[in-house]
Amino acid sequence: MGRYVARRLLQMVPVFIGSTLLIFLMVNVMGDPIAGLCGERACDPATAAQLKREFGLDKPLWQQYATYMGNVFTGDFGTAFNGQKVTELMGAAFPVTVRLTIVAILFEIVVGVSLGVLTGMRRGRPVDTGVLLATLVVISVPTFVTGLLLQLLLGIKWQWISPSVRYGSYDELIVPGLVLASVSLAYVTRLTRTAIAENRRSDYVRTAIAKGLPRRRVVVRHLLRNSLIPVVTFIGADIGALMGGAIATERIFNIHGVGFQLYQGILRQNTQTVVGFVTVLVLVFLVANLLVDLLYAVLDPRIRYA
Amino acid sequence: MRGGTRVRWAGCAVAAGLMATACGGGAGFGGPGVMTSSWSDPQNPLEPSNTNEVQGGKVLDMVFRGLKRYDPRTGKAQNMLAERIDTTDSRHFTVTVRNGWRFSNGEPVTARSFVDAWNYGASLRNNQKNAYFFGYIEGYGQVHPDSGAQTADTLSGLRVTGPRTFTVTLSQKFSSFPDTLGYVAYAPLPRTFFTDHAAWLSRPVGNGPYQIESYTKGSAMNLKRWDAYPGPDPARNVGVTLLVYTDSNTAYTDVLAGNLDLVDDVPASQLKNVETDLNGRYINTPAGILQTLAFPYYDPKWNTSGARKVRTGLSMAINRRQITETIFRGTRTPATDWTSPVLGTAGGYRPGLCGHACDYDPAQARRLIEEGGGIPGGRLTITYNADTGSHRQWVDAVCNSINNALGDDRACVGNPVGTFADFRNQITQHKMTGPFRAGWQMDYPLIQNFLQPLYYTGASSNDGKWSDKRFDRLVDRANAETAQPTAVRLFQQAEKVVRDNMAAIPLWYQNGSAGYTARLSHVALNPFSVPVYNEIKVG
Repeated sequence: MGRYVARRLLQMVPVFIGSTLLIFLMVNVMGDPIAGLCGERACDPATAAQLKREFGLDKPLWQQYATYMGNVFTGDFGTAFNGQKVTELMGAAFPVTVRLTIVAILFEIVVGVSLGVLTGMRRGRPVDTGVLLATLVVISVPTFVTGLLLQLLLGIKWQWISPSVRYGSYDELIVPGLVLASVSLAYVTRLTRTAIAENRRSDYVRTAIAKGLPRRRVVVRHLLRNSLIPVVTFIGADIGALMGGAIATERIFNIHGVGFQLYQGILRQNTQTVVGFVTVLVLVFLVANLLVDLLYAVLDPRIRYA
Repeated sequence: MRGGTRVRWAGCAVAAGLMATACGGGAGFGGPGVMTSSWSDPQNPLEPSNTNEVQGGKVLDMVFRGLKRYDPRTGKAQNMLAERIDTTDSRHFTVTVRNGWRFSNGEPVTARSFVDAWNYGASLRNNQKNAYFFGYIEGYGQVHPDSGAQTADTLSGLRVTGPRTFTVTLSQKFSSFPDTLGYVAYAPLPRTFFTDHAAWLSRPVGNGPYQIESYTKGSAMNLKRWDAYPGPDPARNVGVTLLVYTDSNTAYTDVLAGNLDLVDDVPASQLKNVETDLNGRYINTPAGILQTLAFPYYDPKWNTSGARKVRTGLSMAINRRQITETIFRGTRTPATDWTSPVLGTAGGYRPGLCGHACDYDPAQARRLIEEGGGIPGGRLTITYNADTGSHRQWVDAVCNSINNALGDDRACVGNPVGTFADFRNQITQHKMTGPFRAGWQMDYPLIQNFLQPLYYTGASSNDGKWSDKRFDRLVDRANAETAQPTAVRLFQQAEKVVRDNMAAIPLWYQNGSAGYTARLSHVALNPFSVPVYNEIKVG
């Protein structure tokens, strides 16, 4: 187990360097950040040249990357164009997004898995068909439509919620979290349903029933646990996607999280912000994947890592 | 905040199961007499000489008062901190600062507060974006050379002559110079700005009717009325809270739900229902913004006498009225000159100066374009940034209009650029091959500001590199002219040179818009499309 983790951590190093290099190159291909910094009116050449020098943009690209990575390892992600440290921006944005992700993942696990078990156990019944149809609708409607619709209905028509998020606390994030989770929730339901339906006929379930175990214990301990592997894989990959890909939801509900910072960073061509945030997201992805792989062993005793 | 509180508790009950939350307590926004207003994150640190966009300008307009102030209704420059600005030759000015003004930290506003601030703004080492505003002052070339290191720290044209007097020497005659001094870049700065810059930036201190109580970068700013404000225009509300919104649609939704008091940029998609949504609490007033199509004169194909006819023809092929009515729902007005209605006729606005060249006349448009040798390159591409505004819609409409007029479906196409930053980038690198979107938001309400920065040879915003000796000479003469009416007339003559060459196609004058809740009254926008916060009454 220990050796496996160590090997995986070592494998992360080239992945990390490669992906950050790619991001760095992509952002630089977008054009000259100074033009974005200056806005509607071009800065005079003297100021532009000096800004370039101060941000190190006059150096060759490989050197910029090397300096940047060197700084990152000392915890310095550079300064955004508005004069704020990128780490400061991260300090403000990541907690909100993490909370949003937690809410979304909880919805996926609680609602998605329960619905999956329910429909998997009652395959072909009206409940099953109904939920399947509902998931089909949710999957086919884009997130921003769901978001705007819920915002209009709950926020303005019925006034149940405030249409925008102001503090980023958990209670405000329930509806945005649900919106963000909706599509993945539908997938989780379908994945769980299929796995449960398949495993219901397997030998170990029959054995468990034959032993005379109570039905509840058979379903939760034997059937569900073994059916969760594809679901856990999906949710693990989804954590990264939810954190970085919440741009639409975050804009609709006024959540000042990672997605919004990335969006603004790209619009304003703020290289430092974009590269910094994506670097952290890459790390989140890598760690989430490792955790998922380790969870396999917990869920399925047949899997061993050495 | 109608539905807000009730729901917050309901939400808390649900959330209690999730984890401890910030329910019930926390720093509140709004409150009795305090209004909330939509905002977006200023692009730069809030230094006066480094702020050239509306969001930062909004704050500085509340926190600072300069020598002059533009009347929120008429746009006329009026003395604020200036007791007198004297000159005999339009080149040497003596400024006397009024007695009794203070910064909100108690420090008196003196001549030095201005001179230090201007020297800071002009100095190359401070990277100030508005540095070029000090370019008329003598010695600018030494503190802000075009290349190489600066050889002086202060402008030789500025001299403090007494506690409340200083002199300004310009490098050329510029009669309307005093009227430019209402621009935020000329604001005075307290000593703390220089002695503890970082602290000042985290909470700017100025001399305006409001003081900043707290500032959370990227999310909110609380401004409170400064009770000891000595000026004639104190705040009529207890305070203003600016809240950063990720999207103007969300801010608009929040106004509908009563969660936000004022949204000062009603999104285009809501324009058709805004009147009924807000029950008339919607304002739509002219702002000093002109949208044009600029041309790349560095491309020899566009710099011929034939191309001049083509440009005039293109201008006549655009059905401005139809586009402003259907796409912008009356928030834009077809342009008939190269300035803005906010200047007023005395200030140089002259409706109809463009003449027939700005009327929709497809037949003559076709003829002119043919006479001029057709569209250079055979096809017109209009470059614009697709990330903000509703640029795609109107560019497509303009192209459509041109295609219809020419009877050719492929005569004109839009060329969207993904981000504004990249769009600017391509412009500054002279990569344009056809017309491109150019919007001009005035710095100060003077006809000079609509012409010189855009069309003067080598001027700061002359992105198309247009150059005409006759125009330059007329502008120089107008700047040297001391009598204002004569100066305006000369500027208008220069404007006619722009017209005769169709240096840029004027499209429409842009309005500012805002929607607000029933809590507010006396809401108005100034010519810079910024709400006049200090006049708004709450409750």
